[in-house]
Amino acid sequence: MTVDKKAGAKKPAPLKKPAARKAPAKKKPTWDISDVDQWGPERHQLGATIIEAGNSVYNETGGWRSLVPKIDVEKCDGCMLCYFYCPDASIIVENGKATGIDLEHCKGCGICAKECPTKAIAMLTDEKE
Amino acid sequence: MAITQSEILAVTGNEAVAEAMGQIDPDVVCAYPITPATEIVQLYAQMVADGKVGTEFVTVESEHSAMSAVIGSSAGGVRTMTATSSQGFALMWEVLFVAASYRLPIVMTTVNRALSGPINIHCDHSDTMGGRDTGWIQLYGENHQEAYDNCIQAVRIAEHMDIRVPTMHMYDGYVISGAIGPLQMLSKEQVQAFIGPYRANNPLLDAKRPVTVGPFDGLHGWFFEHKVAQNRAMDRALKVIQEVADEYAELSGRQYGLLDPYQLDDAEVAIVVVGSTAGTTRMVVDKLRAKGVKAGMVRVRAFRPFPHEAYAEALQHVKVVGVMDRADSFGAQGGPVFMEVRSALYDCDPRPQVLPFIYGLGGRDIFPDNIEQAFAELEEVAGSKKRATTERRYLNLRKD
Repeated sequence: MTVDKKAGAKKPAPLKKPAARKAPAKKKPTWDISDVDQWGPERHQLGATIIEAGNSVYNETGGWRSLVPKIDVEKCDGCMLCYFYCPDASIIVENGKATGIDLEHCKGCGICAKECPTKAIAMLTDEKE
Repeated sequence: MAITQSEILAVTGNEAVAEAMGQIDPDVVCAYPITPATEIVQLYAQMVADGKVGTEFVTVESEHSAMSAVIGSSAGGVRTMTATSSQGFALMWEVLFVAASYRLPIVMTTVNRALSGPINIHCDHSDTMGGRDTGWIQLYGENHQEAYDNCIQAVRIAEHMDIRVPTMHMYDGYVISGAIGPLQMLSKEQVQAFIGPYRANNPLLDAKRPVTVGPFDGLHGWFFEHKVAQNRAMDRALKVIQEVADEYAELSGRQYGLLDPYQLDDAEVAIVVVGSTAGTTRMVVDKLRAKGVKAGMVRVRAFRPFPHEAYAEALQHVKVVGVMDRADSFGAQGGPVFMEVRSALYDCDPRPQVLPFIYGLGGRDIFPDNIEQAFAELEEVAGSKKRATTERRYLNLRKD
């Protein structure tokens, strides 16, 4: 197969930086089980099926943490590596820079600190109340 | 509605079920052949190859894969069936629970056969009795006709929107599966009208409404509540099974129920039995009745859910009940059916005596003489003032 380099040889658009992600609203779905006798597919999701996409935001995993990342915003050069590596999408980005951590979901794994090329993230002992 | 009776065909039990499946024409069948259910899978594969059905037939490398594949297909949003037996059923074990807890309306034919060992291919009920707590509805059929009828009704029961519980229906290996017996079939149009179009519930393949099936629920979640909901659906299934049976009776003229009583109204001694042995037992009841013995019988049809109130009502006036189990529960007080029936009768006042009989393991023949012997023991206990022990009585056990 030959590729015609002229056809559609557009310069690729520069990678867009992701939009700012706000910390999730404090909202947890509730389930009334007082009428458990009447559960049926019309009223409740059978077999624990989840029909609400993206609902892991309600599953707060921050309580597992022993270390907490602290961002020095002055040192951040906006490379976004912490954002891409974070397994819990917990890096809060504003105006192209990491400005904070979603502590309700950050498990304190330290990957962001390890990957940060400007050493802008430090892992500190998490002091729980 | 007028019932048009079709001609009577001579078929094996497996042929009867393969015909039923052909008329149901499910979207997907994933199956692995195993004696004595092989014929169903083989005949169905032939129908698919001949273009007689529109089914996607998935050949899998084991029964564990068969059950996993039907779960995938059913969660995907289509009508799905499979068939198995004995060791194959055992290999499905862990996935059977998954199918039930996902509330997928899968229909499975299980031809009853002994579990190893010693290795044995003949009929007993140890395979599906072992699977009684998997969360599946269990319907035990008696003969060729009921195997066909139960297969069609199972589709309606499993898919009923009030319950959505996978349903297995059983019949005896060889005695029914391989032997030739009479069958009256409905037309494919009648069957299609009876089962209706498939209604998917949150299908995985609906790209516009993405869903997660089978999520992890181990973080202080709702596992316990889901189990309660599953059991409540089982309770509701009793009504669904009866309603579907009544509707099927209007169509076919053949009435089924949760249980199948025979000559019970004035019975003093009665036997509870599962599967093809009910036919022999009925004959023995007739013979004893001719001699003046007030004998009766109940055949088990729905075993899960177990209609304990219906058993209490049917048997409360009987003096002594013998429960014939074609499977044993090692170390328990008796076989699985014995324990259910005895528990169902516990609240009756006066309380009938219930005695455990074990028969037919690994395909051991059961003759009318053996059943007469069981009735004779029940009569003896009924005439005695002492309560009998609940030690197991074995029918047709070798003496030498």
